[in-house]
Amino acid sequence: MPLIELRDVYKIYDMGAEKVHALNGVDLTIERGEYVAIMGSSGSGKSTLMNLLGCLDTPTSGSYVLNDTPVQDLGDNELAGIRNKEIGFVFQTFNLLARTDALHNVELPLIYAGLPRAERRDRARRALERVGLADRTHHQPNELSGGQRQRVAVARALVNDPSILLADEPTGNLDSATSKEIMELFDELHRGGNTVILVTHEPDIAEHANRKVQLRDGKIVGDHETPRSPRSPSGAA
Amino acid sequence: MIVAENLRLALGAIRANKLRSFLTTLGIIIGVAAVIAVVSLVQGLERMVTKELEGVGATFMEVAPDFADQTNSGPGIVPRQVRLTWDDGQAILARVPGIRVLTPVVMGKAQVKLGDRSHTPYLILGVNENWPEVRNHAVEEGRFLSRLDLERRKNVVVIGRTIVSELRLGSRPIGKEIYVGRYPATVIGVMEKKGHTLGEDLDDLVFVPFDAAVLLFGRNARDLVRVRLQVERADLVPQVRDAITGLLRQRHKIAPGQPDDFRIRIQDEILRSTQSILGNITAVVAGVVGIALLVGGIGIMNIMLVSVRERTREIGVRKAVGARRQDVLAQFLIEAVTLSLAGGAIGLALGYGAGLALSKVLPGDWPTAHVPLWAVALAFLFSAFVGIFFGSYPASRAARLDPIESLRFE
Repeated sequence: MPLIELRDVYKIYDMGAEKVHALNGVDLTIERGEYVAIMGSSGSGKSTLMNLLGCLDTPTSGSYVLNDTPVQDLGDNELAGIRNKEIGFVFQTFNLLARTDALHNVELPLIYAGLPRAERRDRARRALERVGLADRTHHQPNELSGGQRQRVAVARALVNDPSILLADEPTGNLDSATSKEIMELFDELHRGGNTVILVTHEPDIAEHANRKVQLRDGKIVGDHETPRSPRSPSGAA
Repeated sequence: MIVAENLRLALGAIRANKLRSFLTTLGIIIGVAAVIAVVSLVQGLERMVTKELEGVGATFMEVAPDFADQTNSGPGIVPRQVRLTWDDGQAILARVPGIRVLTPVVMGKAQVKLGDRSHTPYLILGVNENWPEVRNHAVEEGRFLSRLDLERRKNVVVIGRTIVSELRLGSRPIGKEIYVGRYPATVIGVMEKKGHTLGEDLDDLVFVPFDAAVLLFGRNARDLVRVRLQVERADLVPQVRDAITGLLRQRHKIAPGQPDDFRIRIQDEILRSTQSILGNITAVVAGVVGIALLVGGIGIMNIMLVSVRERTREIGVRKAVGARRQDVLAQFLIEAVTLSLAGGAIGLALGYGAGLALSKVLPGDWPTAHVPLWAVALAFLFSAFVGIFFGSYPASRAARLDPIESLRFE
């Protein structure tokens, strides 16, 4: 069974006078352990696709089976449960809680999973170790650099052992050196067995993935397996 | 999500906006403080009055002349002559069954003197030997007036503690000669200390034999006697009252349909009317405070709405990582309730403090403020209710936010 299976998915927004077809019949299958980049310019429907894949939204029609669960007809609370268990989000703007230390930020998904405090703290600490921030557990976001903040966000995405790491322009707010660090982190997580989906419009970020899905006008117009470029998988240029 | 986690979150959010949180709860603080201050004063008063009256006992009764019905007076109409005499009192004692003890009372003002010291007591009372039993007021030193003192018209006097100190009678007041008005009298007893009630100094009293008081206050006093008595048992009180009413109407030749020219008060009624007055005060204050709490609640709703808006992105993040509607609802509801409960607690402390301070500052001998448990419970319940009621709308708005739009919110 594939991890993700989208069949004939439409997403239509009713904007009063006209209907906007954000997704116009998308079929997409992603296997466990893949490293996929979803590419497209603004307005191509890639954000809509990401929201659907991340179970933040449901399709107008079509089916979406995630990890053997059909999610297209689920209600708000069930979707929240799926997001909590299956999805780890990494956002362009980090979206950490202000005035809250790194450890607590990482702990957040575990709170909603209903885990006891001691176990949450323990797992959050280990997730921070995995992203190389073991010494920053009690720093608040405003005491961390951009790269460190994004690492905290990655740790938060990882802490629940989700099926998918879903990163939306994860380097969009970072300088190129820091971008490279973060992408190396994703590469490493992928090598460790995680399924990673990047949503980006930057070709050199997409280069890190070994499959590129090109979107235009709500349709998939290209889907290529790409053998890793020479600088990968070691990450050395 | 567990309540403890939400509580931690709420406290964090409140701490992050200390001044704003304080200003938000000010309405609740003032409302609760006002109600607790007034309730504590009124309750202190009620407690004291109740204790005072209970000391007299449920079998206490007073018959007094009633001047209230003088509506017929006017040109050409002779006002009704209101009289209540010791003869009436003796008739009551002789003809009404169920009376344990009885004393006539005449009261008035006069100076007491010893040498060059003089003092005007709160009241001079002319009574018989039954007073201590009727009024539940014992002699501490020496003895009270006896039947013999009354029969033989002895010039004796029993005084309160205040008189002892005012006239500087020293540690051995018994046997000293003082003047009551222009009559000399020997001090034979000192009453036990009773303290103050509603600004009256119960220790500033002088007791003389009934006939001596009539002599002191003039002939009119003989016609305006009060009769105080103790009924044998509490369940006989209504019966005794009816019998006295019948007897006095007959003796005073009051035609059927005409109102009584006397008034019978029993301890129960005094207590009930006092409590009802105090209850009314409390009710009025409660109403005013209800408005204050309403305003306070609107303040909380306002700030919670602002807070939800400010934290839209936070809500988006929480939802993205798995918060369900009820999780977000609980978070903001608990924050609102925490705010209002904190306000209630501060208000409670301030109100009690204000009550204590006022009871010290107020003129007269105002009893110490007392906050009953029900007022504490009510303050907290009301605060919690205000938090839940006015927090519900902002919290449900937060819970219904769309995660995608919240994450995009700038």
